[in-house]
Amino acid sequence: MLLEIDNLTLRYGRIEALHGISITVAEGEIVALIGANGAGKTTTMRAVSGLRPVATGSIKFAGEDITNLRADLRVIRGICQSPEGRGIFPGMTVLENLDMGAYTRRDTSAIASDLDRVFGLFPRLAERRKQAGGTLSGGEQQMLAVGRALMARPKLLLLDEPSMGLAPMVIQQIFEIITEINQQGTTILLVEQNAQQALSRAHRAYVLETGKIVQEGTGQDLLTDSRVRDAYLGVA
Amino acid sequence: MKGTFVDFDALFGHLGQHTVDGLSKGSIYALVALGYTLVYGVLRLINFAHSEVFMIGTFTVVGTWSVLGATDSPAIGTVILLLLAGLVAAAAASGATAVAVERIAYRRLRRMNAPPLIFLITAIGLSLVLSEAFGLWQGRLVKGMPTIVERSVLFTIGNTEVTNIQAITVVAALIMMFGLDTFINRTRYGRGVRAVAQNPDTAALMGVNKDRVIALIFLLGGLLAGAAALLYCLRYGNTRFNVGFVLGLKAFTAAVLGGIGNLRGALLGGLLLGIVEVYAATLTSSNWEDVAAFVVLVVVLLFRPTGLLGESLGRARA
Repeated sequence: MLLEIDNLTLRYGRIEALHGISITVAEGEIVALIGANGAGKTTTMRAVSGLRPVATGSIKFAGEDITNLRADLRVIRGICQSPEGRGIFPGMTVLENLDMGAYTRRDTSAIASDLDRVFGLFPRLAERRKQAGGTLSGGEQQMLAVGRALMARPKLLLLDEPSMGLAPMVIQQIFEIITEINQQGTTILLVEQNAQQALSRAHRAYVLETGKIVQEGTGQDLLTDSRVRDAYLGVA
Repeated sequence: MKGTFVDFDALFGHLGQHTVDGLSKGSIYALVALGYTLVYGVLRLINFAHSEVFMIGTFTVVGTWSVLGATDSPAIGTVILLLLAGLVAAAAASGATAVAVERIAYRRLRRMNAPPLIFLITAIGLSLVLSEAFGLWQGRLVKGMPTIVERSVLFTIGNTEVTNIQAITVVAALIMMFGLDTFINRTRYGRGVRAVAQNPDTAALMGVNKDRVIALIFLLGGLLAGAAALLYCLRYGNTRFNVGFVLGLKAFTAAVLGGIGNLRGALLGGLLLGIVEVYAATLTSSNWEDVAAFVVLVVVLLFRPTGLLGESLGRARA
């Protein structure tokens, strides 16, 4: 297993936000976390990246315990996240934002070829490379956030709500690219409100409700599951 | 025009002269202002203890020169040696103090997620502790020092005489400002600083060590304050345990005037403030220079609340 989250609990002050969740991601997979607002999806992602301290339970990455490892050191191990809300550095250009993704790397020539790859995936970013990140449209910022995370050449790519606020056509495009990135060899843990897209792209998925995992299975199984259909897919 | 309250002849008869003097005075403000602005840009914290970082720099200069047995107007080789030794010692002492302040006081509070007011009170408390400690240790009287560089006219443009000390001050400040600007905008570490300023959580997600960036900005601010301390010693030839109070307030004003969080704003604000003070002192009397400085601040903030150049280091923080 590349990522093993075991019985994780996490608190915001006195409120427990995650009540012992367990998630695994195998190498090469796309795993989706779906659920309503406030279910704990983003909290889980922040815990995996080390932005929130966990109360109990453990997180293992590539067999090693990283539960209490500093956030920046997790990036060096190979975990990079495109956060909810995109987290663009508004005063930096597109190119500088992408360079931030490669902040922990020193292999200059490989960075250059990864930059070409990102520009190949998102030609729009190449056109705007000198523009400040804060002046991009929502869709362009989302591409930038995903591209920036790829620049870390992560073993595990965390994508938190990559479709948020985007037009349907752009959503389609982003998900195609997610599949493409995965086929190029990157393991992906994906948080989505757009359950339809997420489940049809993911190998496996977990359903989160108020800090607990209530269902898990392959993407296809959950797509046809009646409870999931009623609650998340908007089909009667 | 003696006897009138406002003496325009005094100012406009020697406008160039007063401008040069204002620039050299303002250069010292600018260097100290950079320390406030760096920390504010990254942490949204006004580090009031920064005035004491500067104060410790001035005492380090006095101490270093006394250890090296400095006398008035030594030979040119000795002057250069004393200036370099003073610069290195003051920058090291101020830099170390700034980093220690962050490590001892602020880092703990950050870990505890303390509210901003707690940081502010801690900063003021630290400032008092440091200056009073120096008052006890070094005495509360003005401390003189040998005149290493005798003031002399270096060159003349029209009726404007530029002294050696003014030239050293302005040139040194501009070089350091340029160096800092290049460091922040062109290097990998600088990009890490800007990342933490603009979005600390995402910076961590990209592998930036936030604690190291924060230590770095305190160090940079301290180094510049140490350099400012040497220039201050050259200009005024004395120091005191509470020298940081008024100077720190002026430097902070300069930072706000230019747009706090904005490096170039700190330079602009510092230079402008220096000029305003010298003009005001010439027009009326030196009793009015502080009044003029703060009136300018109030007027600028009325019309441009973010300062002249606005915020930049943490521009439009998401």
